[in-house]
Amino acid sequence: MPTSVMPTSKPEGGQQPLAAVTALGLRKAYGDKTVLDGIDLRIPAGSVFALLGPNGAGKTTTVQILSTLISADGGQAQVAGHDIAASPDGVRAAIGVTGQFSAVDGLITGEENMLLMADLHHLPRRDGRRVAAELLARFDLTEAAKKPASTYSGGMKRRLDIAMTLVGSPRIIFLDEPTTGLDPRARHTMWAIIRALVSDGVTVLLTTQYLDEADELADRIAVLDGGRIVAEGTAEELKRLIPGGHVRLRFTDPAAYRGAATALRDVARHDETLVLQISSDGSQRELRAILDRLDAAGIEADELTVHTPDLDDVFFALTGGSAGGTARRHAPDPQDTPDPRNAPDPRDTPGQPKENVR
Amino acid sequence: MSSLSLAVRDASTMLRRNLLHARRYPSMTLNLLLTPVMLLLLFVYVFGDTMSAGIGTGGAGRSAYLAYLVPGILLLTIGGTTIGSAVSVSTDMTEGIIARFRTMAIHRGSVLIGHVVGSVLQCMASVVLVGAVGVAIGFRSSGATVVDWVLAAGLLTLVSLALTWIAVGMGLSSPTAEAASNNATPLIFLPLISSTFVPVHAMPGWFQPVAEYQPFTPAVETLRGLLLGTHIGHNGWLAVAWCVALTALGYFWSKARYDNPATR
Repeated sequence: MPTSVMPTSKPEGGQQPLAAVTALGLRKAYGDKTVLDGIDLRIPAGSVFALLGPNGAGKTTTVQILSTLISADGGQAQVAGHDIAASPDGVRAAIGVTGQFSAVDGLITGEENMLLMADLHHLPRRDGRRVAAELLARFDLTEAAKKPASTYSGGMKRRLDIAMTLVGSPRIIFLDEPTTGLDPRARHTMWAIIRALVSDGVTVLLTTQYLDEADELADRIAVLDGGRIVAEGTAEELKRLIPGGHVRLRFTDPAAYRGAATALRDVARHDETLVLQISSDGSQRELRAILDRLDAAGIEADELTVHTPDLDDVFFALTGGSAGGTARRHAPDPQDTPDPRNAPDPRDTPGQPKENVR
Repeated sequence: MSSLSLAVRDASTMLRRNLLHARRYPSMTLNLLLTPVMLLLLFVYVFGDTMSAGIGTGGAGRSAYLAYLVPGILLLTIGGTTIGSAVSVSTDMTEGIIARFRTMAIHRGSVLIGHVVGSVLQCMASVVLVGAVGVAIGFRSSGATVVDWVLAAGLLTLVSLALTWIAVGMGLSSPTAEAASNNATPLIFLPLISSTFVPVHAMPGWFQPVAEYQPFTPAVETLRGLLLGTHIGHNGWLAVAWCVALTALGYFWSKARYDNPATR
């Protein structure tokens, strides 16, 4: 993988395909438990990169290493052009980190938290006050600014957390599970915040165990499992990795079922349940072809379902048990793979199962 | 910005944060003051007449015992206050904000320095408060010169610094606030078995070394000497040596713990 270097100052002129973060063969073990088993990453400047994986996959460890919180046992990485081992302070000056556990000081007020960050970034007093007030307003915290942060709701704490991260105008932001534990509304607010960051030209590395979140926000996604990257690409590329697009027709009348099975070619039959399954990409043209054939045969299905492969399928196919990239259709142990369908509210998950009953 | 002025600036920012905590939540600091004040009142008004016999002042009674007692109580106050420092360091380390500080381009030691300076200031404030109680119930430092006062203040600061660094090390090594509080009990336990309440020679022979060879006894004897004009002798240097040694021990212990949080 070619290693590009991003200048420490803001990139000048136009969009260049520079890498904000590169990593080669990152390894980390705690005792004899290998947490990261050779991670390679290349995150273009100004993009959103998602590390997707179940609990214990190594997402947080990756972020902790890249943000200089802990050191790697092996491999190397550059963040904003600085080597994480040789020049950690160079890295720190360019990044902002919002960890999995809220990194706010609960004993002091939201405003005091912001001013603390301003002081630590050595902003002149007046600038510090201005930046704090602006960010508090931008994240809808002005009203709560004088209250202790410990009294904030989960969503407010997370917003304060990100506001604090932005005080130093970092060029690269690490967000470790930014929406875990948030209610649907707060989750959507957070998504809007992240999109706004990107439009400012900031590079974002986020970790998530929610597929819809990666689908929604990320330009590129790396699927992490057991300390290895088992797949990487855009959401579309990942979806193409696995088969699974199909149309399902369900019948109550066995005669209609048999008729349809004859009228349509290439169907998978499920005789006990009277269900036919036809491979399809779910496009209007293919659907019409199926419906035309059924009409011509004078058959009406009781239910028609279109299933396009979504990241759930990719996730379950890629992260089922032992890593190594062997795609399996279903995860053998559902306990290891959090079901994203448990996400807070189905209405709020536009990237969710595209299964529409008609 | 030079690295020194960076360190000073970041450390003073952290100090402001710690003082804000102490001001916003004074209950722990005030609770820790109860122990020395209660001990002072207990020993002066309940045991005072009896105890005065043990210090060999020939029946001078309660007021003589009060004078004997106050210096040790002031040092016990410092020990008690630093328990609070151990707890607050331990609590702080479990907060996400410490991880944030570690990923920022700030002076690495500023978090701990902020805690230490804040704790020393709290110790001195506590000493003043408990000292004021002592004065209110009749303590007078007879014949102490300005130099004695300055030296006394210097000794109290030095002891505060030494005990604070030890407390910070304890706080960093304790996984929870409760554990930190338990681990730091020797800081208030040791002065109880020093020469705070009775002279070492009034103790049973086998116990005398325990009281003699611990950091509080030389400090108590030195402070007593400075405030009351009693004989200090080698205790002065011994007290300073203890403080320097404990400060160094606490500093390197804390630094190692802070730099390797995984070994916690």
